[in-house]
Amino acid sequence: MFYREAGQFKTSYEADQALFPIRQDRIGLAVILLIAFVGIPLTANDFVLTSIMIPFLVFSLSAIGLNILTGFAGQLSLGTGAFMGVGAYAAYKLTSLFPDVNVIVMVLCSGFFSAAIGAVFGLPSLRIKGLYLAVTTLAAQFFLEWCFIRIPWLYNYNASGAIEIPSRDMFGILVTGPEATPLTRYFIVLAITSVIALLMANVLRGRIGRSWMMIRDMDIAAELMGIRPLQTKLLAFAVSSFICGVAGAMMVFFWLSAAEPSSYSIKLSFQILFMVILGGLGSLSGAFMGAAFIWILPVVLKFVPGMLGFDIEAATVEHLTFMIVGALIIFFLIVEPHGFARLWQIGKQKLRVWPFPY
Amino acid sequence: MLYDIFIGPFVQMVEMPDFFLQVLWEGFVAGILYALIALGFVLIFKASGVFNFAQGIMVVFAGLTLVGFYESGVPALLALLLTIGVMGALAYGIERFVMRPLVNQPDIILLMATIGLTYFLIGLGEFVFGGEPKRMIAEELGLPTGSTAIEMGERGLVILQHIDIAAAVIAILMVTALGIFFNKTRIGRALRAVADDHQAALSVGISLNQIWAIVWFAAGLVALATGIMWGARSDVSFALEIVAFKALPVLILGGFTSIPGAIIGGLIIGFGEKIGEIYWGGLVGGGIESWLAYIIALIFLLFRPQGLFGERIIERV
Repeated sequence: MFYREAGQFKTSYEADQALFPIRQDRIGLAVILLIAFVGIPLTANDFVLTSIMIPFLVFSLSAIGLNILTGFAGQLSLGTGAFMGVGAYAAYKLTSLFPDVNVIVMVLCSGFFSAAIGAVFGLPSLRIKGLYLAVTTLAAQFFLEWCFIRIPWLYNYNASGAIEIPSRDMFGILVTGPEATPLTRYFIVLAITSVIALLMANVLRGRIGRSWMMIRDMDIAAELMGIRPLQTKLLAFAVSSFICGVAGAMMVFFWLSAAEPSSYSIKLSFQILFMVILGGLGSLSGAFMGAAFIWILPVVLKFVPGMLGFDIEAATVEHLTFMIVGALIIFFLIVEPHGFARLWQIGKQKLRVWPFPY
Repeated sequence: MLYDIFIGPFVQMVEMPDFFLQVLWEGFVAGILYALIALGFVLIFKASGVFNFAQGIMVVFAGLTLVGFYESGVPALLALLLTIGVMGALAYGIERFVMRPLVNQPDIILLMATIGLTYFLIGLGEFVFGGEPKRMIAEELGLPTGSTAIEMGERGLVILQHIDIAAAVIAILMVTALGIFFNKTRIGRALRAVADDHQAALSVGISLNQIWAIVWFAAGLVALATGIMWGARSDVSFALEIVAFKALPVLILGGFTSIPGAIIGGLIIGFGEKIGEIYWGGLVGGGIESWLAYIIALIFLLFRPQGLFGERIIERV
């Protein structure tokens, strides 16, 4: 009843092939964007912006990146953290080499570096499949992490070994560095994330996205039907790493303001993989839902005991958070192995037929 | 530069054989310990097709439980028995609450579930035992702790830690025992039947649930042995978790389903890593141990995508 497409007639091919052919979807998307661009900036305080919304958007973007590789092209990757790191270090080097260029251009350019590196580490995927492929991406993870530590050129020979983001302005407004206001940073992150997400939604339903899904479903059959596995897989690695690289660069430029190699460790890779799998493999909206669950839940859990009046040590809360998150991951996998995206689909179906059971 | 890469290290090896032997021994021991962790993975993968990511944390958890019991005043051997009991309970719990509801799901979902289990066990371990590293009670368990120096004529000497020798002996014993268990006993045969085909095994009256609990328990025992050995060499701490990642190239090298493969893969990685680090690591600034294992595995994989001893992958459309 609430979500029924009956009566929405298409009178042209353009309307029929639109990205969101159903009116309710368009309204829903508009509402979400309105909340994100107007509602949250008006109501949220700095804490919510810096420690919930900005990281949530950054992680959503990287989850989209990994989802393209793992969910759509079927190549398991454990190297997301390192690819994000490549983006961060590339953006850092670019801004220090060309200080006059707009910082957002640099953040987007850094994606090309991680795309190139991602494609190189994607080469073995032609011969190695499934869990075995995980080891090549782990090789990327540990090798790149080592590079971030051992190549001082990457962090401009800093004594601390970390990269610190200089303050840069754009049209007179400070956008990076610790002094930039959370609101500016939030808007930039939100804009980049929504543009890339929209772009990907388009790519994924076109020829490229379909060829990725064919490779995922059965690569030999796809090859027989005229899909070139080499180009398709490498393109998936490159696009995925591009997005992860941009997300990594945003992570340090607009959120952390300083990063060391351990920020891009294997833990980050796993966190992103969690988001993708819990959100739903092969679903863009799932990437957002997974990121929300994995990032926001522990932040909220930290404050629950305080609100309920219990006085528990911070370390204990952290341990309990670990346990709860682990248990919830298993719980959700048992309840719905296809992730939140599938739950949302089921919900939509319920809304469509409500108030009847079917 | 070319000399440093292709000739220098070998000259060094010949000139200082004692040092080279020491490096080889280090590699051997590291390889045995990697192989022990990989063994736990192989056991579970063989019987249920689950890639058990939690094996690394089970090692830490077993070690911490053992030390925890000992510190609360239980005699060492009784603590060992109690820990075995805890690992059994853990195996039953995992089978009942994680594996059974997730039966017949795709590999990646099961992998995810074991990663969730890893988080849970990290939280539980830190909650119960605290986050600080603990000293393993090697002496109290009757393990040798001294060291022997073997003289090599006038060339110098090689130092062998007794605990390393013990680790090697225990690893060999364990592999033999597992081999006998798999091939000669009723339960072992049932395990192999389950590994071959779940449905066929069910139809001849093998209880999958029981088999899985047993397999997780066996993996728990392997984890306990590994925990004692690793713990005796360094401390028992959550840093050991990273060692589990090292088991991944070992596994992939040996093939997911082969017990001898795990041992040989472990040795290749152990030797390759130590020799690479000592003789070639200096050229690029050291610390290459962290990724060399993966690169070695990657090179092997490019030639044999199913690992050295894995079953040949046959794909049909």
